[in-house]
Amino acid sequence: MSGDATTVTRPGRLLVDAWIITRRNLLRYTRLPQLLVFATIQPVMFLLLFTYVFGGAIGKDIPAAAGGEYLNFLLPGLLVQISAFGAGQTAIGLTDDLSKGVLDRFRALPMARSAVLAGRTFADLIRSAAVTALMLAVAFAIGFRYQTSLFGFLAGVALVLTFSYSLSWVMAALGLKVANPEATQTAVFLLVFPFVFASAVFVPVATMPSWLQPFAEHQPVTVMVEAARGLMLGEGALSPGQTVAGQVGVALLWCAGIFAVAAPLAVRAYRRSLRS
Amino acid sequence: MTGDSGSDPIVRADDVHLSFGDVHALDGATLAIEGGTVYALLGSNGAGKTTLINVLSTLLVPDSGHASVGGDDVVANPKAVRRRVGLAGQFAAVDDYLTGRENVEMVGRLYGLPRSQARRKAAQVLERFGLSDAADRRAGEYSGGMRRRLDLAASLVGEPEVLFLDEPTTGIDPGSRLDIWRLVRELVAGGTTLLLTTQYLEEADELADRIGVIDGGRIVAEGTADELKDALGANRLHVRVRQQDLDATRRVAATFSGGVERDGGDFEFPAADGTAQLIAMVRALDAQHIEPVTIALERPTLDDVFLRLTAGSAIGQAAT
Repeated sequence: MSGDATTVTRPGRLLVDAWIITRRNLLRYTRLPQLLVFATIQPVMFLLLFTYVFGGAIGKDIPAAAGGEYLNFLLPGLLVQISAFGAGQTAIGLTDDLSKGVLDRFRALPMARSAVLAGRTFADLIRSAAVTALMLAVAFAIGFRYQTSLFGFLAGVALVLTFSYSLSWVMAALGLKVANPEATQTAVFLLVFPFVFASAVFVPVATMPSWLQPFAEHQPVTVMVEAARGLMLGEGALSPGQTVAGQVGVALLWCAGIFAVAAPLAVRAYRRSLRS
Repeated sequence: MTGDSGSDPIVRADDVHLSFGDVHALDGATLAIEGGTVYALLGSNGAGKTTLINVLSTLLVPDSGHASVGGDDVVANPKAVRRRVGLAGQFAAVDDYLTGRENVEMVGRLYGLPRSQARRKAAQVLERFGLSDAADRRAGEYSGGMRRRLDLAASLVGEPEVLFLDEPTTGIDPGSRLDIWRLVRELVAGGTTLLLTTQYLEEADELADRIGVIDGGRIVAEGTADELKDALGANRLHVRVRQQDLDATRRVAATFSGGVERDGGDFEFPAADGTAQLIAMVRALDAQHIEPVTIALERPTLDDVFLRLTAGSAIGQAAT
């Protein structure tokens, strides 16, 4: 019977359980590596499309710090874009588990309750990192060069992944609320799309109509993109008066704020989730 | 009867209410299950079976009332309850990308078993459920019956004292159903307490020590299969005649109260007095030179019990 000496109860239980869930979520990518390849195709298409199709037209308005290459300007933005869409996997994965009854099973087990969400978001972070790495390989191959230092470049990548992680919790709450795999796909798209396109990802905000600029300038995607650009291309890539440290500070505050609001909502939604 | 040992019931629900909006999914559900027995919760879709299981396995918090497993309250001490219970839902909650073994080992680890022990226990339950050969294949390649067995295996790897099986055989082929029945019997022989829900009277009759009929979110009747049949009372007299005797039989039937004619020359009469009524009927028919094809006293079936008990209840209430 249970309750014998073999049942571990120790403070590290949450970490153990979270790791078990993380591993479970990542195993699918080792079983079907195609999943990861498919996940990379879209970002790479964006990269190639924007560089070679729109790059010529847009390229005139980019800051000099980009070294005259639209690709250099575009890449930090694209990293933020794929991190945002990548976070959407959290919502899709959770609704999938919910609809299959897997979450019910987890909730009926004597495991740490936040372990499912912690494991899910961490696995999605690793997935985003893998997709980012694949995309960066392509970007370097077609000529991307950071203009600062390796440290600045890596710090930029780390910042973008931090953003992806905090956004995962928003997606967790969204997925568990919507609770339907198909509807969740659409909800993620509708949430992410306006933020990604009305931002500094593809074009400088100054080129947008004046009514749109206040939103585009201050919304978190733009803040992340500018901070990442500052780190990878230098202060010259930023608006006059902005500093790299300042932008990174604001970006990290956004990440912390998003996490602080979304994580409790996600945990609450998880506790109430039930396969219907 | 099982309830006379004086031991405390291991599973208890006491006047549990739970509503989803306007729908009273549970409306005063009360039950008690003795350790080491099989209790079948019998009800149609929407009767509240799954909701009650979900309350008992801590997935839902009731609006009012109390429920406990092994003395631990499901609301006050859910973690202790989760340690005691295993749950296999209506839909096999297995991960398609993991192998059967990985699925079971993972659940074992989440029950808190150390890795080596989870591995050993997983191998044991997989063996017992006839899944050893398939253990290292991805669960996505399993057949429906295998998935259900894998789900059951996973729910048992933590060796729960109490197992909740929500419609364990719904939607699987008859062969797999017999497999699952056999496994259930083995489990009970091993001392596990079992609460299973089913829509199939045959299944309840076959497996359960006690049966609770649930309707409209409450247990409307409870007892052994025999007790339930007795509670419905009266036997019935069943007469079948040939077509050419139909009119004459109708005239005879009119002299007996409460007779019902079904199609094809089938008549049924309430027969509280049993044999006396049978003899009276034989005489009356004989007087008209009617020779029945069959004439028999019949005990009510569990179907009759069920239909009688749940008659007039709302059809198709939404929540289960």
